[in-house]
Amino acid sequence: MLNKVYDWIDERLDITPLWRDIADHEVPEHVNPAHHFSAFVYCFGGLTFFVVVIQILSGMFLTMYYVPDIERAWESVYYLQNQVAFGQIVRGMHHWGASIVIVMMFLHTLRVFFQGAYKKPRELNWIVGVLIFFVMLGLGLTGYLLPWDMKALFATKVTLDIVQSTPLIGDVLKTLIAGDEYITGAQTLTRFFAIHVFFLPAVLLGLIGAHFLMIRKQGISGPL
Amino acid sequence: MSDKQRVTRRQFLTYTLMGVGGFMAAGTVMPMLRFAVDPALQAKAGGDLIATGLKESEITNEPQRVDFKFDQQDGWYESQVTQSAWVYKDNNGDIIALSPICKHLGCTVNWNGNEEFPNQFYCPCHFGRYEKDGTNVKGTPPRGPLDRYDYEIKDGVLYLSMRAKPRGGA
Ligand code: HEM
Ligand code: FES
Repeated sequence: MLNKVYDWIDERLDITPLWRDIADHEVPEHVNPAHHFSAFVYCFGGLTFFVVVIQILSGMFLTMYYVPDIERAWESVYYLQNQVAFGQIVRGMHHWGASIVIVMMFLHTLRVFFQGAYKKPRELNWIVGVLIFFVMLGLGLTGYLLPWDMKALFATKVTLDIVQSTPLIGDVLKTLIAGDEYITGAQTLTRFFAIHVFFLPAVLLGLIGAHFLMIRKQGISGPL
Repeated sequence: MSDKQRVTRRQFLTYTLMGVGGFMAAGTVMPMLRFAVDPALQAKAGGDLIATGLKESEITNEPQRVDFKFDQQDGWYESQVTQSAWVYKDNNGDIIALSPICKHLGCTVNWNGNEEFPNQFYCPCHFGRYEKDGTNVKGTPPRGPLDRYDYEIKDGVLYLSMRAKPRGGA
């Protein structure tokens, strides 16, 4: 049945070369843990991506209940965690995933670093990777404020203090990020929400796309 | 024609398309950028001084904590907030109003908050300390002296600014 549907579409649109080009290539022996167990270090990049997918999915579902308003944010998180079926699981996925993704990214970076896989011709992909790292830190930072509890509020105040200590442009920078010169409040929460849920995920997907394109083009670096 | 280079059709088309395209892109992006940076460009709220409940005659050489309330507008959100200050008269008889917000990570400091360090402001979070005039004690975590409020005496009552200002220095 599914085959028939596929053939029907393929006959009209010739979609086979499209996905073949992306997906149909051999996994080199030296990166396959079935051949050399130590090749598991090559898994961390994929694991990072896997957790990113979980973050995006669980995040999308969280926004079905979450309200980015200082009077209701905390209540909405409390409600989605304690009243909604599987709320604890979905929030838990997002909460723990946020830390695990950093760990995975770190391990992936270590592998690339110690294997020297960043060397010519892969310098650009190292740079894109570093950008991904910063975007990920940004996601963790902006997401942390969203539950709007005491920990979130004071952590963000400290963050804004750090931003404000930037030479020369510190005050403007802080106002831009917080939405107000002094107050860490209603406008800070909406800004962080917008950045967390729309701006940074969009940038992240673009960067990850570039990352994978380059890998596809250059292949995985050879064995040591 | 003269020896000036003529613009070919292709060049002409490229320039026009780039010009129109650039105009359209700018027209789309500019409103959004201006929208995003608005908080940084809004006129400063200006500093009304707020009446505290404290009479000038009640201010002594010993720092005392004064709470004062004012209405705060945070975008679309209006609320009454309470600020606190440590107020005293220094040896010259000048009034000093210090912010209780620790210059390390923002906890609240107390005058004589620790018996071991009399006549100092003490922060319980990471043991930050300040002299009576707000200067941070070297070797403790704070990065600078406590902020100060502007003040005014009107009809014998202490008025303070809504926000305390950094004093600079380390
Ligand atoms: C790699 C990507 C992401 C990371 C690292 C991340 C990180 C975080 C963190 C640390 C929190 C605070 C969670 C807590 O304190 O329990 C949070 C909350 C939240 N995030 Fe994300 N996030 C990511 C992507 C997304 C995306 C794509 C969306 C939506 C489309 C999203 C929506 C939310 C919402 C609505 C909350 C508030 C609910 C809550 O605190 O449980 N996140 N995020
Ligand atoms: S916050 Fe006061 S010493 Fe750290």
